Amino acid sequence: MTDHAEKKNSDPSSQELLKFVNVGKWYGEFCALWDINLTVHAGERVVVCGPSGSGKSTMIRCVNQLESFEAGEILIDGVPVGSDPKSLQAIRRKVGMVFQNFNLFPHITVIQNLMLGPIRNLKVSKKEAEETAMHYLEKVRIAEQAKKYPSQLSGGQQQRVAIARSLCMHPDAMLFDEPTSALDPEMISGVLDIMVELAEGGMTMMVVTHEMGFAKQVADTMVFMDHGEIVEVAPPTEFFTNPKSSRTELFLSQILQH
Amino acid sequence: MSGKHNLVKDDPKLNERRQRPPAVKVRRVTNLDLAIIGTLIAVLVYVYYRVEHVLVYNWDWGLVFEYVIRIDEETGDILPNLFLKGVAMTLRLAFWGTIIAAVIGIVMGLCRVSNNLFLKIGSRLYVELIRNIPPVVFIFVFYFFISSQIIPLLGLDRIEQTFSPGTLAVMEVLFGPTDLFTNFLAGLICLAVFEGAYITEIVRAGIQSIGKGQWEAARAIGLSRFRVLSDVIMPQALRTILPPLAGQFITLVKDSSIVSLISVQELTFLTQDVSNTTTHFFEAWMITAALYFMMCFPLAVLFQRFERFGLGMQRN
Repeated sequence: MTDHAEKKNSDPSSQELLKFVNVGKWYGEFCALWDINLTVHAGERVVVCGPSGSGKSTMIRCVNQLESFEAGEILIDGVPVGSDPKSLQAIRRKVGMVFQNFNLFPHITVIQNLMLGPIRNLKVSKKEAEETAMHYLEKVRIAEQAKKYPSQLSGGQQQRVAIARSLCMHPDAMLFDEPTSALDPEMISGVLDIMVELAEGGMTMMVVTHEMGFAKQVADTMVFMDHGEIVEVAPPTEFFTNPKSSRTELFLSQILQH
Repeated sequence: MSGKHNLVKDDPKLNERRQRPPAVKVRRVTNLDLAIIGTLIAVLVYVYYRVEHVLVYNWDWGLVFEYVIRIDEETGDILPNLFLKGVAMTLRLAFWGTIIAAVIGIVMGLCRVSNNLFLKIGSRLYVELIRNIPPVVFIFVFYFFISSQIIPLLGLDRIEQTFSPGTLAVMEVLFGPTDLFTNFLAGLICLAVFEGAYITEIVRAGIQSIGKGQWEAARAIGLSRFRVLSDVIMPQALRTILPPLAGQFITLVKDSSIVSLISVQELTFLTQDVSNTTTHFFEAWMITAALYFMMCFPLAVLFQRFERFGLGMQRN
């Protein structure tokens, strides 16, 4: 059950960017993650799905240490993530994250949201940070909103700003934690479009989502989780048409019946 | 319902078809209001009757007013008397007390949310000690400790010998009469340490009112803990804590009266002098009440403006 990760169809010569090795996490006595093994190669797009409470978000939040874990290790570029604050900042520079609730900083403008990380962490000049910020705001198609405050934007626009904010750190990989779950239905496609473009641009991505259309379109690998375990890892064609596990089958029948 | 099928925003007839029903008139002054006002007037009349005809109090506002300002008999100059000297001293206490208490409050507030166990326990101890001891008791205990130990240790009881007359003149404006400097300082520190505990809790609550998502987003873009606090959490927390903080500063002005217990010559202390000398207690204390009100009310109005300005900026 745990070594599905090795049977992927991605290029074996490409670099192993993220690697989970026997990762386990507990909240007190409750086991939130059990024996997680997964390898994400550079340029690979992994979509993680599963019922709520199955540990999807917890798993990706372990990568940039927003959650700690008690067993196993996570390697980024071959280097294990630890709790040393210096290396922690380096990890967070390499791995961007987009949250369900956007989490933009409400007290500063959109462009200042984008410039904060580069100025404070990458130590670039204000001018350079501003140029980078405008570049990515254009990419997510809201450059004209640069001087506004986050609360003046719609949910979809805010999430696009959040994506641009992560990109400004020039990350090697991006983590998406249910990026469209908090959006009004008419806002979802705008955000997904940006994510598709990002995928086509070759970004390494781990996406927790229930958007199966998006998954079919961009995923190289589908991961199904239940009760804190990885149940199935498969390429999307196989995953959607011929799931090996009955749990996966049940889950897919529940979410795809409409 | 009639407009359902042609909802065009610039349809000129749209608002005509959607006429608002006439407003229901509401009586502003109800019978209950009238009853309350009537009762209030009756009470005032009764109090006046008791004072005038039962207590037979001999009002002499003129005598007490001389303690607000007096006219020098030789030169004819108008000079501030005890009340205004008290006001000046209270304002000095409030000004410096606010600054020191704010610094203590912010530092201790940050300690309260720190990950360091020692800082956490230390700041908690400070807050709980002060909040659970009556201010009067605290002032006495702390005052004797400061005045007998700390001030001599720092050599602050010898400033009249150490500083030049010019410096002493500036210090007199800032801190009041230099011969009472150590006394002022002890009172000031007591007041600041006391109020600082309440500000600590306001700051802590403000920081904790900022959602977990803000911390996570700030960490996710690689900010250090210091930068998370200084660039993301504190600017937002400051807006939340401004109203309670303003209230606390007004409380500080009023609370400054407790240092009269350790003979700091501020408004309350000097009012005691006046009321004892003149034996006109009513007039003396009513004047003092009015003076405190005149200090605090403008602050309340000012902070209210400030608060509205702050909320306007927040747009959240």
